[in-house]
Amino acid sequence: MASVSAAVGSDYGASASARSAEAPQYIDDVVRAGVVATIFWGVVGFLMGNLIASQLAFPVMNLGLEWTSFGRLRPVHTSAVIFAFGGNAMIAASFYIVQRTCRTRLFLGPLGAWCVFWGYQLFIVLAALGYALGITSGKEYAEPEWFVDLWLTVVWVLYLVIYVGTLLKREEEHIYVANWFILSFIITVAMLHLGNNVQVPVSWTGWKSYTVPGGVQDAMIQWWYGHNAVGFFLTAAFLGMMYYFIPKAAGRPVYSYRLSIVHFWSLVFLYIWAGPHHLHYTSLPDWAQTLGMTFSVMLWMPSWGGMINGLMTLSGVWDKLRTDASLRFSVTAVAFYGMSTFEGPMMSVKAVNALSHYTDWTVGHVHSGAMGWVGFITFGMLYWMVPQLWRREGLYSQRLVAWHFWIATLGIVLYITSMWVSGIMQGLMWRAYDEYGFLQYSFVETVAAMHPFYVIRLMGGLLYLVGALIMVFNLWKTVTSVAPARTAAAAVTA
Amino acid sequence: MSFNHAIIEKNAIILAVCTLITVAIGGLVQIVPLFTIEQTIERVDGVRPYSPLELAGRNIYVREGCYVCHSQQIRPFRDEIERYGHYSLAAESMYDHPFQWGSKRNGPDLARVGGKYSDAWHKAHMIDPRAVVPESIMPAYAFMADRPLDYSDIDAHLRTLKLIGVPYTDEMIANARADVEAQKNPDADTSGLLKRYPRAVVSSFDGEPGKVTELDAVIAYLQMLGTLVDFRNVKPEQLRQ
Repeated sequence: MASVSAAVGSDYGASASARSAEAPQYIDDVVRAGVVATIFWGVVGFLMGNLIASQLAFPVMNLGLEWTSFGRLRPVHTSAVIFAFGGNAMIAASFYIVQRTCRTRLFLGPLGAWCVFWGYQLFIVLAALGYALGITSGKEYAEPEWFVDLWLTVVWVLYLVIYVGTLLKREEEHIYVANWFILSFIITVAMLHLGNNVQVPVSWTGWKSYTVPGGVQDAMIQWWYGHNAVGFFLTAAFLGMMYYFIPKAAGRPVYSYRLSIVHFWSLVFLYIWAGPHHLHYTSLPDWAQTLGMTFSVMLWMPSWGGMINGLMTLSGVWDKLRTDASLRFSVTAVAFYGMSTFEGPMMSVKAVNALSHYTDWTVGHVHSGAMGWVGFITFGMLYWMVPQLWRREGLYSQRLVAWHFWIATLGIVLYITSMWVSGIMQGLMWRAYDEYGFLQYSFVETVAAMHPFYVIRLMGGLLYLVGALIMVFNLWKTVTSVAPARTAAAAVTA
Repeated sequence: MSFNHAIIEKNAIILAVCTLITVAIGGLVQIVPLFTIEQTIERVDGVRPYSPLELAGRNIYVREGCYVCHSQQIRPFRDEIERYGHYSLAAESMYDHPFQWGSKRNGPDLARVGGKYSDAWHKAHMIDPRAVVPESIMPAYAFMADRPLDYSDIDAHLRTLKLIGVPYTDEMIANARADVEAQKNPDADTSGLLKRYPRAVVSSFDGEPGKVTELDAVIAYLQMLGTLVDFRNVKPEQLRQ
């Protein structure tokens, strides 16, 4: 425990005010821009999600235009939520966290950070416009074509240089645990991005390219990438967020320093192996499927280790959940993290996967992670960080935070329960036989049976969007109409 | 504990390098052997590169994101084999760049859709899915019926695929554009086309002779899916991975 308090000590606690005089002027303009971009892309991503959910319930919502069909807009939704909403949340969080836990300004100064920010926004716009126009490499969650991939590589290398450079010039002896997770996220995403996008363009002036590996090898590489986009983009990175903002908001140190070491190394080692569980019973050789299943089940343990470390940090201050609605978001996020990281290993067991694969159960699982974990931990961060960054006394309204919390939670519950029912039902209908030994249902009968659940899912998505719009209003009013914080110093060192 | 974790915590470079090594292991163990173990691809006859028209259709399939709702991968279960046909082989997608196995079945699996429906059915279905399947939730793709297929650079596509290992010959590349037109024209001399691409389906596809549309290419692609391997001639030992 001694070293963790040394690492965190500068960052909160009794010594904070004493040291505030010597704290550097952190580069926060780009963090504020990251917060605005997170909120903007979040709303865009949720809107797109609602649009494509409505298309599955009511096909007329495809609008009869080639640019608005489900096939083209689904990648817009997934990329907007994962890479635009999640990515900007991480740019904001990582630049905020690394400066404060290292007690130093960002390496390469404001210019470098702004290049990462705007370079990343350009990547998002190029990718999303491309999908709507049919410019796609056809690999899930890695749809951007070769020229967009090259651009992202440039931006990401700069991000890595800034991050490692800032760690190297830190004024603290230890590198705080949140930074381990964020660093692993930046490094691993670089590795996955380069590994999964080996493409040869047909011509240097055209957008079309072909991926170099094909068939079964391409499938394995794709899901090595795809699962770890979840594992590192949406998990490791946001665990870094958890390890900083939950202790900050709770005013308590991380529960166990030793657990965070075990959590970190076992999580980053095991996650990479889990990809083949997306390819159970396919033409991927059995040895690879079995490896993927085994490691996926093992992954349950470090995941819950992290959940315990996050939740137990609240020991002694659980009462804050009654009064601090933003902390309620963060803690509920960790609970959703625990739920989805139990469900995931279960679904990776081949016998379960035989039923769940290709159905809405997978969609529900992903959304309990994306809406419950990634969304809620980000909302918790935003509610905590906006008053700090804009130096306000506090949030405009805690009541509205509570409204957001309950509306969004109800939305998630509607979403995942409807997908559980429709997924399991469709899986069972596909394999049902009648008394004469014939398949009982044609495929389209199973599609028709999904309709009520697609409507319920859409209602869940709409509630989640309404909650986010309440947050936009609340944060807007916080910045524009709440009185400035009385002690400027307190805000600076926050 | 004799090992002191503080060494890693105090040096960003050691932390970064240890992290990279740790995250690299799993991928290396799972990916590299797929390129080196020869049995990964089953030893069956019949799989050939896509004809130029089929390839153009496949590129439209990718462009429209069909893979987000349709899998091309039949699992070895009784119900799937009865519904869709023989379970999918790795060999059957060995020339797929990228692979299109998919991950979700909002619509049915398409791995063996070839030959199951007529060209006329496909045309009606693509223009207005609910005209032939009232419960369908598929978007309409009417615009493809009117849009001429751009195959001016189809030879460059074949050349690119040859570069990354698809066995297109110089003859195939030289004839690529002519083969697009020949496959759409049942009255043409298709002996060269069928020699280069055995079992290719020659048809007027959308029923309108003359210009080749995007719809023609998509139907040509759908009609060949899963038809290349003749499973009557496949012995079990050929399928062992």
